[in-house]
Amino acid sequence: MSKPREKTKDSISIAITGSGGAGVMTAGNLLLEVAAQAGWYGLMVRSSGPQIRGGEAAALLRFSHAPVECLDDRFDVLIGIDWQNIHRFADEIPLDASSVMLGDPDQGEPPEVFSARGASYVPLAFKQMAKALPGSWPNMIALGLAAGLAGLPADSVKAVLQKSLKKGGGEKMAANLAAAEAGYAAASSVPAMARLAGQAAHKAGKDARWLITGNQAAGFGAVRGGVRFCAAYPITPATEVLEWLAPALPKVGGTLVQAEDELASVNMIVGASYGGVPALTATAGPGLSLMTEAIGLAVAAEVPIVVVDVMRGGPSTGIPAKSEQSDVSIALYGLHGDAPRLVVAPNSIADCVSATQWAVHLAEALQSPAIVLSDQYFGQTRAVVDPPADIGLVGDRLKANAGAEGYKRYAITDSGISPMAVPGTPGTAYTADGLEHNERGLPSSQSGDHIRQLDKRAKKLAQFDYGERWAELEGEGELAVVTFGSCTGAAREALARAAAEGIKARLVSLRLLSPVQPERLAKALAGAKRVLVVEQNHTGQLYRYLRAEYDLPGEVRSFRHPGPLPMRPDEIHQQITEWSRS
Amino acid sequence: MNTVAAAAPLTAQAFKSDYKPIWCPGCGDYSVLSSFTKAFAKLNLRPENVAVVSGIGCSSRIPAYTNCYGFHGVHGRSLAAAAGLKLARPDLTVVVASGDGDGYSIGGNHFLHACRRNVDLTYVVMDNHVYGMTKGQPSPTTEPDWDSKLSPGGTGLRTFNPLVIALAAGANFVARAFAGDPNGTAEIIAEAMRTPGFSFVEILSPCVTFRPEQREWKQMVRPAPVTPTEDAARAARRLMSDDGMNIGVLFKGDRKPYQPPIGKGKKHPSDLEAEFAL
Repeated sequence: MSKPREKTKDSISIAITGSGGAGVMTAGNLLLEVAAQAGWYGLMVRSSGPQIRGGEAAALLRFSHAPVECLDDRFDVLIGIDWQNIHRFADEIPLDASSVMLGDPDQGEPPEVFSARGASYVPLAFKQMAKALPGSWPNMIALGLAAGLAGLPADSVKAVLQKSLKKGGGEKMAANLAAAEAGYAAASSVPAMARLAGQAAHKAGKDARWLITGNQAAGFGAVRGGVRFCAAYPITPATEVLEWLAPALPKVGGTLVQAEDELASVNMIVGASYGGVPALTATAGPGLSLMTEAIGLAVAAEVPIVVVDVMRGGPSTGIPAKSEQSDVSIALYGLHGDAPRLVVAPNSIADCVSATQWAVHLAEALQSPAIVLSDQYFGQTRAVVDPPADIGLVGDRLKANAGAEGYKRYAITDSGISPMAVPGTPGTAYTADGLEHNERGLPSSQSGDHIRQLDKRAKKLAQFDYGERWAELEGEGELAVVTFGSCTGAAREALARAAAEGIKARLVSLRLLSPVQPERLAKALAGAKRVLVVEQNHTGQLYRYLRAEYDLPGEVRSFRHPGPLPMRPDEIHQQITEWSRS
Repeated sequence: MNTVAAAAPLTAQAFKSDYKPIWCPGCGDYSVLSSFTKAFAKLNLRPENVAVVSGIGCSSRIPAYTNCYGFHGVHGRSLAAAAGLKLARPDLTVVVASGDGDGYSIGGNHFLHACRRNVDLTYVVMDNHVYGMTKGQPSPTTEPDWDSKLSPGGTGLRTFNPLVIALAAGANFVARAFAGDPNGTAEIIAEAMRTPGFSFVEILSPCVTFRPEQREWKQMVRPAPVTPTEDAARAARRLMSDDGMNIGVLFKGDRKPYQPPIGKGKKHPSDLEAEFAL
């Protein structure tokens, strides 16, 4: 065994690739579970070609003893179960001279794009090794190999496989355990990698860590917030929110219905919520485009709804299975008329729970639609996270009492919020209407009613106290990075690297994109001389919004690129250091 | 029809609001409104337990003209909103009002799937073969040679046969009514509401402004010369060959309504955490 190039490192990154059916995602998920079992943090990002079956697939993993929120700049290990079309991942799997590639020589050499980066190559006959253990699969060899290379304990591999292969029966389990062991043992023939710095720490009981995807997290946050009705129309990459909710809602007294299209799903949730039941749907950009008319109805008729938008590459069909933060503008501006709405963005996988819960709370409190801007990176990435605490906020709308004298559904009040009558309540019947209306809810095209109701709807959102949850504020310095959503993890890591080099900077990760919080942001940016707005889209949608709506201090720059490549810590770090030195 | 009547039965008048309709004098929809309220009174309902849901168009103005809970949504989506409401609140009686443009054109997809889904709703379409609110354009039920500014000389398109389509898509109750007979129409609506599942009532409701010739409907309609059938294929065959003027209940099935349970599960959200915890 040769000496490691470096003794320890803060994180280890491993990519497992192969064509569909090779079991790449299974191996990746099991590896993540092994890490979790060993008391490590980690995450697995899924990347795959457009094919339903048989396309190229990559499980992109990163492990650490500290919470992991984003992919690293490079990968330590690339394991190719086969190399069929794997060159398509060249940009998504950056390798360098200290990276190691492992592949089955029977499947040919690793693609030139990878070798050209100077990564060393170690051939390993996965298929033959699996063949020698009848009933085993090459991906289990890869799993053991990856675990061995990462320095994960063999016991954890065994424990996870025993649990997950329980259904397959004794022979299958024995064969695949043996395969994983063979892979694990083969790791010793590879130049040793640096070990993870720090100590693994197990947590138990209520502190036990969670293994969760952002889509599951959004579904669970919805349930925590009080959502009991969901109308669902499948769309990549949001479907798992709906699939998680389908069995979960009935358990807590709710229900889910599959709609015929997104026009139906959004109108169904408006109908359910009009009936008094907190309601949500989840979609992606194309679905959100279709939903905008009914979201406007929810604005006008003041019906609380939550729409989770798991953003993907756009416009149009775009890149369905890969991430991009390019629905900022449609979320903020995409309704006709003057239509104030809530836009909330989770800033971590765990925050998909809390931000969605908060969105339900806000929607109900403000009788307004709320759009939750998640993305494919959060939605389909599975991560080991500290359990997100229940933020204690549930949907609780102001309801009208039975027989309320002279009930006016859209009464002008100081807060802009007026009691909402729930059907079934005697004496307060009214018509919820997308037509402009007077305080009673009767249609009106008069200018006075229009301005009063426009003011009411704007005021209720503007006046509400959103508390500390509007943004995450970290660090200090004259340079501020303002970002949101899945760029937050990379920005945080970039700032930590800069701090280690003596560069002070602060982070503002906006959770509440709409309505604007001018006083709060001004306070957060007080004294800042340079503001770097970081986002993953082509036109700088957040940057433009901030420039339009806020008076930002000092010099403001936009750093952005579109998906599907993730925002990596190093590119933000470079921006910070270069700007700090200039 | 889960509503339990409380107190004394109400008159039809008690279901009318004090808000004046915007409809033209002579519009068939006035009669349909009175058939709605008559049916509600006949069924011994309370206004607070009835929700009238609609989309956009002349006929879709009806919710605010009742004293019930109303929902006047966006164009073509009334069935979706109504399904959401009924599935979330099965205790309510939900009636959906639409027109031939709202229901058969922009809302066509929802019509198919509402029939198929068979939620316990009563869907009343006031069909006048024209877009009235936008001042006279052809709808899916407009005759191919009807001349208009938007389609000079007519569309040349065959008309949509909503009743046959409803049958093919799985509606559990299919009827045709005529606005000129408010009592007969109230009877049909009441029967539709009594029948579990998705009930579809097409009402010939003349537009005297843009289709004055529809005043003649009064002379043209007749009670359907057949008894209602439980055989959808048979009902469809009859409807494929009738002239659209046969009035009455034309099909009545016994499909079980779609109503996934709600309010039954008693778990606390924290009970679901175990699935994620390591």
